[in-house]
Amino acid sequence: MIPVLEVAELQTHFFTFGGTRVVKAVDRVSFSLHEGETLGLVGESGSGKTTTCLSIVGLLPRAARIVGGSVVFEGEDLTRKSQRELRRIRGRRIAVILQDPMASLNPLFTIGRQVAEPAFFHQRLRGRSLRERVQQLLRAVRIPSPERRMGDYPHEMSGGMRQRIVGAIALAGGPRVVIADEPTTNLDVTIQAQYLDLLKDIQRATGVALIFVTHNLGIVAKMCDRVAVMYAGQIIEQAPVRELFDHPGHPYTRALLGSVPKLGSKEPLYSIAGQPPNLANLPAGCPFHPRCPEAVPRCKTEEPRDVRLGIASIARCWLVDDDVTRS
Amino acid sequence: MMTSPVLEVRGLKKHFPARHGLLGRGDAWVKAVDGVDFAIDAGETLGLIGESGCGKTTTSRLILLQETPTAGAIAFAGRDIAGLEGRELMTYRRAVQVVFQDPFSSLSPRMRVHDIIGEPLEIHTDLSRAAIRERVDEVLELVGLQPDVAPLFPHEFSGGQRQRIAIARALATDTRLIVLDEPVSALDVSVRAQIINQLEHLQRTLGVSYLFIGHDLATVAHISHRIAVMYLGKIVESADSDTLCARPMHPYTRALFAAALPSHPDDPPRERPIAGEVPSALSVPSGCRFHPRCPSAMPICSEVEPVLRPRDDNGQVACHLYP
Repeated sequence: MIPVLEVAELQTHFFTFGGTRVVKAVDRVSFSLHEGETLGLVGESGSGKTTTCLSIVGLLPRAARIVGGSVVFEGEDLTRKSQRELRRIRGRRIAVILQDPMASLNPLFTIGRQVAEPAFFHQRLRGRSLRERVQQLLRAVRIPSPERRMGDYPHEMSGGMRQRIVGAIALAGGPRVVIADEPTTNLDVTIQAQYLDLLKDIQRATGVALIFVTHNLGIVAKMCDRVAVMYAGQIIEQAPVRELFDHPGHPYTRALLGSVPKLGSKEPLYSIAGQPPNLANLPAGCPFHPRCPEAVPRCKTEEPRDVRLGIASIARCWLVDDDVTRS
Repeated sequence: MMTSPVLEVRGLKKHFPARHGLLGRGDAWVKAVDGVDFAIDAGETLGLIGESGCGKTTTSRLILLQETPTAGAIAFAGRDIAGLEGRELMTYRRAVQVVFQDPFSSLSPRMRVHDIIGEPLEIHTDLSRAAIRERVDEVLELVGLQPDVAPLFPHEFSGGQRQRIAIARALATDTRLIVLDEPVSALDVSVRAQIINQLEHLQRTLGVSYLFIGHDLATVAHISHRIAVMYLGKIVESADSDTLCARPMHPYTRALFAAALPSHPDDPPRERPIAGEVPSALSVPSGCRFHPRCPSAMPICSEVEPVLRPRDDNGQVACHLYP
């Protein structure tokens, strides 16, 4: 099956101080996404998850540039498209849901008007058919009495409802890929659970592929089919979700899994020493080696390469590399 | 030997006036905290869990004397804190400290670490400058930082290190109780475990008590000995952490567990999460506050407010399902 989206060796760099300083925010990132699939992009702050997503949709800040690799969506390389061409794809074929719904919604317009916008521009709907489409979308994200709520402004809604409105806007163009960047971080736990279930139901109904950016492994366990773990701009491990939880290959993945409290367990948590690295000042070799409990001399000097662990699993680590080579 | 708890809260209420209409007339009250009881023993952690607007932060502000209660009492080591004055008030302020969620806004960017940690000592003790320096070094080591970071400014530290500084400041005086208001929510995942382990270690070595406020069930359950679940200003259930995790009884507690995220993709699917949202504290539902969202609501629930009764194992639950 041909993937909907294929990212290959993507490199996005930030150029600061007049180009004298280069920050490799995304460093040789590759993954593919199939219809109806959910890929989890996991990592801590500064690991490059958001920059990866912004690179895909061409919404990078001015200081950042894609310097290598490709983003192939429905057979076309998006990195070669102009902003004008991208505008026709964004919001229609690829949609984005961001963390803070209040920042995605315009406080001056009714939610009906904002949900209508993609259908107005992309599908050229007008009048009654536009109204009906908006109501249908609001119903799809479970907004009660949509006819009435259409006239509300964002401030008249709760946080959970606002995030569902953003979801409705994302779905408005009938996208094949939705990128959700930590969409539930600002929501209460019961509202988060409702929202995650809603996304799953929508996916089942439409077959949309999801990229779910999160730092929360619980969300990954609940939502994702495949997981890519990011550290210092790189995908250091990628695997089907069960593989990753049962047989994490990379020491960072293992540490991350061990550091999360499990409900009903009082076992001491595994704690990773140190903190995530500064991308402007990365260590030589493997970026994780200063915090890695299993680092060997080679990790400090040579950058590890991608090693295939299983049919669909890849890790970027010298220890895994040595194990695989030996066997 | 019977010892009195470090902190005891009885019938605590805090109602804020809410103004309505153009002229600000009308009698509406936001009942942020509406009759809360709990006690914290020495060396114990009480977890206070609930969603936004449930009153957990107002409860902590009342304990920290940042608000005055509308009704009820807070007793510290057996004495009502409402009447404290002068020296005794200072003793209380020294003994009860706080660590906030965001270590980027809770530390002054213009103060050096030794001034941040030394300030409570300057205010509360007669220690000499040298003695304060010594104490600062001591608490820095307690929280796992090198004493040579003392002359640095907060911006030179990562989030986790800043939270350690905030904890060091909270420990500097003869602290008996620390209110931890979501202390790890703003931190990176790999750093959260460091801070939680550090807090547990400090409690074992110093015997300090914690009031741990949070919304993440797994984290609160991990660090707490006992847990109290709050909903719209009231405690709806409380029990030993293990008991509560093994057998949550109140439908809201069960809903929180249902909403908790799995720790493995093969974890059995939990109950379908409850619908609806927390209603506004301005219009608290009649009877049981949870009844509009409750999957097991009965006719009585909208009429009579349930009171906390003992659970059959330990702890208490306020629900008509368990008369």
